[in-house]
Amino acid sequence: MNGVFWVLLLGFGLAAPYLVYPVFAMKLLCFALFACAFNLLLGYTGLLSFGHAAFFGGAAYITGHVIKVMQLDPLIGILAGTLFAMVLGAIFGALAIRRQGIYFAMITLALAQIIFFLALKLPFTGGENGLQGIPRGHMLGLIDLNDPLAIYYVVFAIFMIGFLIIYRTIHSPFGQILTAIRENEPRARSLGYNVERFKLIAFIISATLAGTAGATKAIIFQFASLTDVHWQMSGEVVLMTLLGGMGTLFGPVAGAGVVITMQDELASFGSWVQVAIGAIFVVCVLIFRRGFVGELARLLKAKST
Amino acid sequence: MSLNAILAQTMLGLSTGVFYAMLSLGLAIIFGLLNVINFAHGALYMLGAFVALIGYSYLGPWLGFDDYHMGFWTALIVAPLVVGIFGMLIERFLLRRLYAFDHIYGLLLTFGIALILQGILSNYFNISGTAYPAQPDVLSGIVNLGFMYFPKYRLFAIVFSIVVCFATWFVIERTTLGSVLRAGVENPKLVEAFGINVPRMVTLTFGFGVALAALAGVLAAPIYSVSPLMGADLIITVFAVVVIGGMGSILGAIVTGLGLGLVQGLTQALYPPAANTVIFFIMVVVLLIRPAGLFGKEV
Repeated sequence: MNGVFWVLLLGFGLAAPYLVYPVFAMKLLCFALFACAFNLLLGYTGLLSFGHAAFFGGAAYITGHVIKVMQLDPLIGILAGTLFAMVLGAIFGALAIRRQGIYFAMITLALAQIIFFLALKLPFTGGENGLQGIPRGHMLGLIDLNDPLAIYYVVFAIFMIGFLIIYRTIHSPFGQILTAIRENEPRARSLGYNVERFKLIAFIISATLAGTAGATKAIIFQFASLTDVHWQMSGEVVLMTLLGGMGTLFGPVAGAGVVITMQDELASFGSWVQVAIGAIFVVCVLIFRRGFVGELARLLKAKST
Repeated sequence: MSLNAILAQTMLGLSTGVFYAMLSLGLAIIFGLLNVINFAHGALYMLGAFVALIGYSYLGPWLGFDDYHMGFWTALIVAPLVVGIFGMLIERFLLRRLYAFDHIYGLLLTFGIALILQGILSNYFNISGTAYPAQPDVLSGIVNLGFMYFPKYRLFAIVFSIVVCFATWFVIERTTLGSVLRAGVENPKLVEAFGINVPRMVTLTFGFGVALAALAGVLAAPIYSVSPLMGADLIITVFAVVVIGGMGSILGAIVTGLGLGLVQGLTQALYPPAANTVIFFIMVVVLLIRPAGLFGKEV
């Protein structure tokens, strides 16, 4: 079944700019990467971070600053944003993994709130207005990112690189240990694994790729704003993962697709979008805990046996 | 900085601290009983304030009595009741289905409920906030504390909240009712064998925790403007308060809440830009030194 998904993903990914509005397709890829990065932590390590907006939004601000004010190459901007998220992830991770379960979630949430206040107060972030008018520029001086097709394929390439990193991480001995920690932490510990270190590394990888997603977002939309670092963004990525199916490779991609499409289609209904998102949350948690892809996988498995 | 100015900031800090204390107390009660971090706590606090506002400005006209305004004192009783019952319905029909699963699902469910409540009220009310016009006359004006002139209403809110918090502490820690409650958390089967309906007790206690949030909301209404988002950012600060205090004790929730309000008030006086973040920085320091929190039990 995974084979089918890979073909669909690649096929749709390559054809997307001819099928839908390119900015929409890019937004989707960007949030899909964000959700996949988040899922590495929640779905494969069993850690619920409620502060991932800090990495996503923080990286968006750094990337925007590097490109707009320092006038460096967009690629350097993305790398700078990613690096920032990596360092921030190491700090947050080291603090948060000292506690477990819901405490872990609350600590990540509170730490992310520091970043939110910094984004509001620091001189370079533009306060309430955010960082606007980030130029797309020419990547490596060659690729004109103002051309919709060019930037789309750059974003698609970034997504695929991130997605493959996550795929490789999950399907490696390291990923197996993460799953073992998720399933039974005391047992993993008694097998001699340094559980804290594995959790920390998983946290850093997840934060880094969330940062890449945020950096990409800054270039696509040419702005970074408080919405990107607000805790509601952290909640949205949880929803995307939960809705698609946590602990599945393609679930977060599907979940991001549904949430983004819904936000786009329902944008004219104002705050009712929020109500709808909240209601989906409630329904998912109550009766649909496996998500789309999880349920689908279960149905297919049930049929084949 | 003069002593008077420090005392003045202490009073202001205390008037923020009582809200932290009431909210983290409600969270502690709910957490202790259900192991659920109630993410909707901020939204229910907001709902409490809105029940007061709606009762004053809209209820009369809706019912056809244009000159009816629900007063502050009535709201102080009605809002916790209404919101408390609402909370009990949430517990009875939604949360209860999740106890068998990972505690994270309780957090996610209440997060969804918070979004729904905020979204609905945002559709009908101004996001930037509406003033609550029903501050009672008895409490208007200022009072001379010797070192400063302090708004009478704020003084009332401080005293009232502290009384409510310590009354709650007393009931839970020092009465038979409280010991039954605590026993129900420790060993539900045993307590049930004594003929006590534990699920109903859980529902009622959840309702009580939520009612505390709504009560704080009514108290906040005359001070802060009533807005659909008033609970959203406050709740995250309260989560930080909870992490600092450690979820272990009822007293811990009250003391940490008040204490951090004071710290925030003093920061506001000494270095205003840090006032919004100082609690989060304290959280980082506490986590480094004592991961279980100041009053928490080491696991």
